[in-house]
Parts: sequence; C-alpha cells; structure tokens
Amino acid sequence: MLSSTRPRRSRRVAAATAGIASLALLLGACSGDTEEPGTTDGDDGEMTDEEITLTVATFNNFGYTDELLAQYSEEHPNVTIEHVTAAESGDARTNLTTKLAAGGEGLADIEAIEVDWLPELMQYPDLFADLPTIDGRWVDWKVQQATTPDGKLIGYGTDIGPEAICYRSDLLEAAGLPSEREEVAEWIGGDDATWDTYFAAGKEYVDETGNAWFDSAQATFQGMVNQLDAAYEDPATGEPKDLASNTEVKGLYDQVLAAAAEDELSAGLEQWGDDWAAGFQNDAFATMLCPAWMTGPIEQNAGNVEGWDIADVFPGGGGNWGGSFLTVPASGANTEAATELADWLTSPEVQTQAFEEAGTFPSQIEAQESEAVQTFTNDFMSGAPAGEIFSTRAQAIDGAPFKGANYFAIHAEVQNAINRVDLNGEDPETSWETAVTDAANVIQ
Amino acid sequence: MAILSPSKPAHARGEPERPPRRVGLSQRLGRLDVKVSPYLYISPFFLLFAVVGLFPLVYTAIVSLYDWNLLGGQGDFVGMDNYVAVLQQPLFWKSVGNTFSIFLFSSVPQVIMAIAIAAILDQNLRAATFWRMGVLVPFVVAPVAISMIFGRLYADQYGFINELLGLVGVDPVAWHGDRLASHFAISTMVNYRWTGYNTLIFLAAMQAVPRELYEAAVIDGAGRIRQFFSVTVPQIRATVIFVVITSTVGGMQIFDEVRMYDSQGLGGPNRDWMTTVVYLYDVAWGNQKSFGRAAAVAWLLFIIIVIVGMANFIMTQRIATGGARGPKVSRRHTKALLAEARAASNRSGAPTPSAPPGANAGPPPGSPPPPPSIPPTQPSNGSSNQTPGEDVR
Repeated sequence: MLSSTRPRRSRRVAAATAGIASLALLLGACSGDTEEPGTTDGDDGEMTDEEITLTVATFNNFGYTDELLAQYSEEHPNVTIEHVTAAESGDARTNLTTKLAAGGEGLADIEAIEVDWLPELMQYPDLFADLPTIDGRWVDWKVQQATTPDGKLIGYGTDIGPEAICYRSDLLEAAGLPSEREEVAEWIGGDDATWDTYFAAGKEYVDETGNAWFDSAQATFQGMVNQLDAAYEDPATGEPKDLASNTEVKGLYDQVLAAAAEDELSAGLEQWGDDWAAGFQNDAFATMLCPAWMTGPIEQNAGNVEGWDIADVFPGGGGNWGGSFLTVPASGANTEAATELADWLTSPEVQTQAFEEAGTFPSQIEAQESEAVQTFTNDFMSGAPAGEIFSTRAQAIDGAPFKGANYFAIHAEVQNAINRVDLNGEDPETSWETAVTDAANVIQ
Repeated sequence: MAILSPSKPAHARGEPERPPRRVGLSQRLGRLDVKVSPYLYISPFFLLFAVVGLFPLVYTAIVSLYDWNLLGGQGDFVGMDNYVAVLQQPLFWKSVGNTFSIFLFSSVPQVIMAIAIAAILDQNLRAATFWRMGVLVPFVVAPVAISMIFGRLYADQYGFINELLGLVGVDPVAWHGDRLASHFAISTMVNYRWTGYNTLIFLAAMQAVPRELYEAAVIDGAGRIRQFFSVTVPQIRATVIFVVITSTVGGMQIFDEVRMYDSQGLGGPNRDWMTTVVYLYDVAWGNQKSFGRAAAVAWLLFIIIVIVGMANFIMTQRIATGGARGPKVSRRHTKALLAEARAASNRSGAPTPSAPPGANAGPPPGSPPPPPSIPPTQPSNGSSNQTPGEDVR
C-alpha cells in the first residue's frame, strides 16, 4: 500500500468509487446469471463452445474499452466478458489478497496486478495458473519479473513505465533558462545525465527564482532507487540486507536529501497528497520524474495550466517505474479460456490500442515499434512526441532490479524517513536511525 | 369488581372436589409459551450475534495463536508469541497513545457540545424540527466525503484553514507535521460527524423530563443554568452513560478519518496519527501480512476498550449521581418500598395484616383491587408485618 507507486487519483475518490464498483460487481454478477437463458452451467473448465462469462479485473485505466472487449466477443461468440475496474491499484491489491486469503472465492478470471505487489504474490505461485510462454513478445526483463525461480510464468505483461523528465516550459522560460525540449534535455545532462547534473540544473533554477525544482524528495528517490540492481535484498538468497550498513541506499538517501533540504530544490509535497495535487495549480515546482503513465495524473491535476512538456532525458540512464501484468488465478473455473483471453489482451495489437486510449506504454516490443505508438503525440504536454520519447527511454532501461518479499516493507520505511525530512524538516540522520529501527521490526 | 373477575369459577364452591385433571396439551403449551416465548422472540438477535459477533471473536482468538499469513494461510501454532511480538513493537504503543489522544480530543468535547446543543434545542424554538434535523445533517454525510472536505481544509500548504490563519497573521499550522495538531484535525472530523447524532439522543432524553420539575424549580427560584445542572443533567443520567459508553467504543475504533487523512492512510511518515485500528489493518494487509499478529492486536484492543468502557461507566455514574440530589435507590430500598406497598394493599384488603396466605376472600366491594404486579397471595410474613411509615433507608 505504502509502496504503491501508481497514480493514486486521490485515495478518497478511490475508496468511494471502489465501494460503488464492488456494488456494481455484485449487481453485475446477479444479472449475469439471469440474462443468459440456455446457459448450461458455464462453470466447466472444458474448452468447448459453451457459453462462458469471463471477468477481467483491472485498476486505474488499462485502456480496455468496451469496444475493445467487444472485438474479442465477436471472434469468440461463446465468451461474454465482464470488466471490473478498481479506482486505484491499492484497492485492487486489497481486493485480490483478501480473496486469495479466502481461498479464491469471488476472484475474477483475470486479475491485473502491479509490479509493486508482484513479489509478494510470487511467493505463492500455486495460487496462479502457469501461463504458457510466448517468446519474443515482451522486453526480456518484463518477462523475468513475472517468472518464478523455478521457471513458472504467472503473469503476462501489459505496460511498463519508462521514465523521462516532465517540466514546465513556461516557468523555465520566465527564469531565463532553457525551455525547448532538446535544450532542456541537453541542459539536464543529455545522454550522460546523472542525478548530480539534474540537481545542479535545479540549483540554477532555484537560485534564479526561489521556487522549488521538483515536487517531492520521496518521488525523486523512487526514481533513484529503481536504478539499483538490488536495493534492499541479496538477489542470490532473497535475504534482506542490513539497512544500517546499506551504503548504496544511504548514499542515495543523503544525495536526495542534500538536494531537497539543503539546496531547497524540493517543494516538500507528499506525492499524491492534497497539497501535491494543489501544487500543480500553484506553480509549486518546475520539473518532476515522469514515467509514461504519469502524463495522465499531470493532466488531471494541472488542467488549464499550460506549459507542461516532456524532455527526452533521465538522470542515470534509464529507469522503469511501475507497469502491470495480467494473471489468471488458479482457482478460477475457466482458467484455459481466461489464459487465452489474457494472451489476446496482452498482444501487441491490443496493447497499442490501449496505449492510444490510456497512455499506458506497451511492454511488447512489436507494439513499441508500431507506427501508432511511434507517432503518438500528447496534446496536453505541448504536443510532445510522447510515443517516440518514451520508446527511447524504454530502450535505455537495461533490466529490472531485484525486488524480493521484503522489498516494500523496507522501502516504505526509507520513504517515510525521507518524508520526515522533506515534509516535516526533521534531521536526516535522526530520521535514518528511525528507519533502521522500524525496518528491523517489519522484516518477516 | 370482584364479581366481574372470571378467575374463580362459581361452581367450584360447595361441590365435591374433582380429582385434578391431567393438564391438557394446550395448557402445557400455554405455560411453555409464557416461559419460553420471550426468549424465542429475542433469540434472532442472539443467533445473529453468535454468527457475526461471537464466532469472529472466538475465531480471532484462535488465529492470534497461530503464525497466519494473509496469503499463505494458517501456519504453525505459536502460542502467545504474537502477543509478545505486538507488545514489543513500539509502533503498537504509539498507536495506542494516538488512539487515546484522538479519543480525548473527540469524545470529551463531543459529549459536552452535544448536551449543550440539545439543551438549546429543548427550548421553545421556532421551526424546531428544522433545527433538530439540521444538527443531524453531518451524520448523513459519508465519512469518506467528510474526510475529503476536511483534507482540503487541513492541507498544510494550500489548505483553507491555514489561509485563514494567515489572514489574521497567525503562522500556518503543520496539520500533517505536528502530532497534536494532526490529532486535533482528525478529532474535528469525528466531532463534526457525531455531535449532531448524540445531540438528538440527548434531546430525546430531555424531552422526556417531566415539565413539572422545571416549574417547581422555577418556583424555587432556580435560574436556567441551575435548572440545567440540577434538573436536566440528573434526569438524563442514563442517557449520558449510554452516550459516553458508545462514544468511547467508537472513539477507540477510529479508522476512516485516519485512513483518509493523507494519501497513504497509515498515519504519516512518523505514524503520528496512526490509531490502533489502522495499525491492525497495516499489520494484516500492509507489509507484514500477518493475520496472527493482527488478531492479537484485535484482542488487545478489545481488552483496552472493555477496560476504558468500564472506567468510563463508573466515572459517569459517579459524576451523574454525585452532583445531583437525585435519590440513589439501592435494591434494598426498592424491596422495602415494594413490601410497604404490598402491606398497604393487604391491609386495605384484609384488616389483619397476618391474614393467612391463600385466603381467597376477594377484596370487599369498593376497595381498590390489588396492583396486578403484586399478587396478594405472595407476601412473606416478615414484610407484611412492617409498620406503616417505617423508613428503611
């Protein structure tokens, strides 16, 4: 929950919508039975032509529109698809884990999961159907993430979150700094951009204007930590490293807080919080880390603010933030039919359509190279060639970091430590000590 | 009047006694009906309670003794290890501290405000129903909606309240940074929601207070304030206790408001406003995913609530009776009064107080019938000998 790094369109709306959504699910379930006269049972796992209903549970916006799903039903007349959407990933996670704990009762035939809570589910691969591998469809590291040590594939990749830098061209221009896409990318460091060059550019801006450079130290740290191969755990054994002696993480921690607190680059807004959302309207910061899907929340919060743009640059090379998978819970009645549908939903063609619909950047190589993605521009982001930029950013990603069972428990404590400094002005060293103690308490 | 009573059939007199007939089925059913039916009628509640209340309670106790993962399910039996682990986590104690702090910030002003508002509403207002319904409006609003609104109000940098404070030259308050400030902010949400509800309960109780008491008080020269403290408060004592107990139980279980107070919903980076219920939620569904420990937290919380509830009960009872001159009625006293009444009725029925029980001489015509609740055949000898006017106090 803490670690959930997906757009969190205000958790309150989310909770309210989730309630309505679950009600709709109930009603949908009821009506589904009555509206299909002549249905034999629909609960047999046999791959016959009998009428079956498949439920697909996703969150946020996967870009799976009714029209898109209708295409599948046209090709498979015996399949009725019901699509259930949770407002945000945390709700979907709670829903999934609770129902898994209850023995799989009430789960959808296809459950979307986010990479953030994949590791905890990977510990119990038996809860999910072993999906047949499809060679060459995805970038390698995306498949790796969902493959257990003994080679079982539990999820088909949907989207990924290649990161770029989003910025306010109007604010930079007013400060007399570079504001064109290419100029900004070069100014931040171009191909050799590091976190130091990003922060140095920020210092120029802050010295010039007195306003903050980025939104939140914790959000920035998220981008930094995602570039470590194994941040908190030993990939060989999966055992958590001792946080107190984890110099790699401590180094990044010091670096981001030095920039945020000492150099005052941070606006000190808690990501996804009310102040953060309001900050978009109040010109509180000039840049932010920007995974492909972040363009959605920016547009939502910054409506009517003109000047947002995307620079084709990211400190420290490439970085991935977020991305999801479709899984088939093993307890489902129609796992084979569901697998077939998951295969179709994650095919390059469908994922390209989803990208056009919702901006979720495809993890499928073929889709990334497709004409539709490459020529896609984002009108809100000053018409930036988002498809092309994020494709380049995706190519800069060399692999996925190792995240074990304890990753998010420990990461959450470090994030809290950063927030204590960034939001409340606590002393960085004291805050770090607290994180070390707290992390020891939550390790399983 | 006695003639009208059909209870004693006339033919019984003077005729040879018949052998007692076997008790008929219908009669036996009738007796069963009297004895069992009341329990049958209330049983649905208790059956339901057993299913949705008692069973979870017991099952939680069982879960708390096991190593029980959210996804992995039941593990090994670990005895009291979960309790020990929870009691050793500083976060548990912090959450208990937060819970009490938020509880005090919310329940105390809430009850006081509710009584005050109820007292005002109890006066002769124009459009009384409008005002009375008005106080209930916040209760109808969903807690999530309330939290959304208050979240905007209490935002640290761009919040409405801090803007207002800025207008009058007060430094902005770190609603999400300062521990007490956050407790205060959360309490206002709780109060906003529950004050009106409690007001209506108090108001209902106040309306039941006999108006003669106020008239008498006015004649005795009591002012409004004096009337309130000497008549109203003692008269609604039972309601005060009820409201205090329910708001205690509610205050110990604050969840929604905390969950919605910031984007993560876990009490902030320092867990400064994490209540015990939120802590429980985090242990079970958060990164620990330990149902075993969460169940242990649930039981510890249950015990805490029982203790606090009892303490509150005792305290309120003291406060509500101590100040007022209302009679403290002991059971002994009630018994004595009842006996007195019986004796009186017996005396009026039969001149000799020691009339043998079972003497079925009905009261002579013209005398008042015995009160139905006190059958004349039952008085024990000891109490019927009581002299009138004797005060057993």
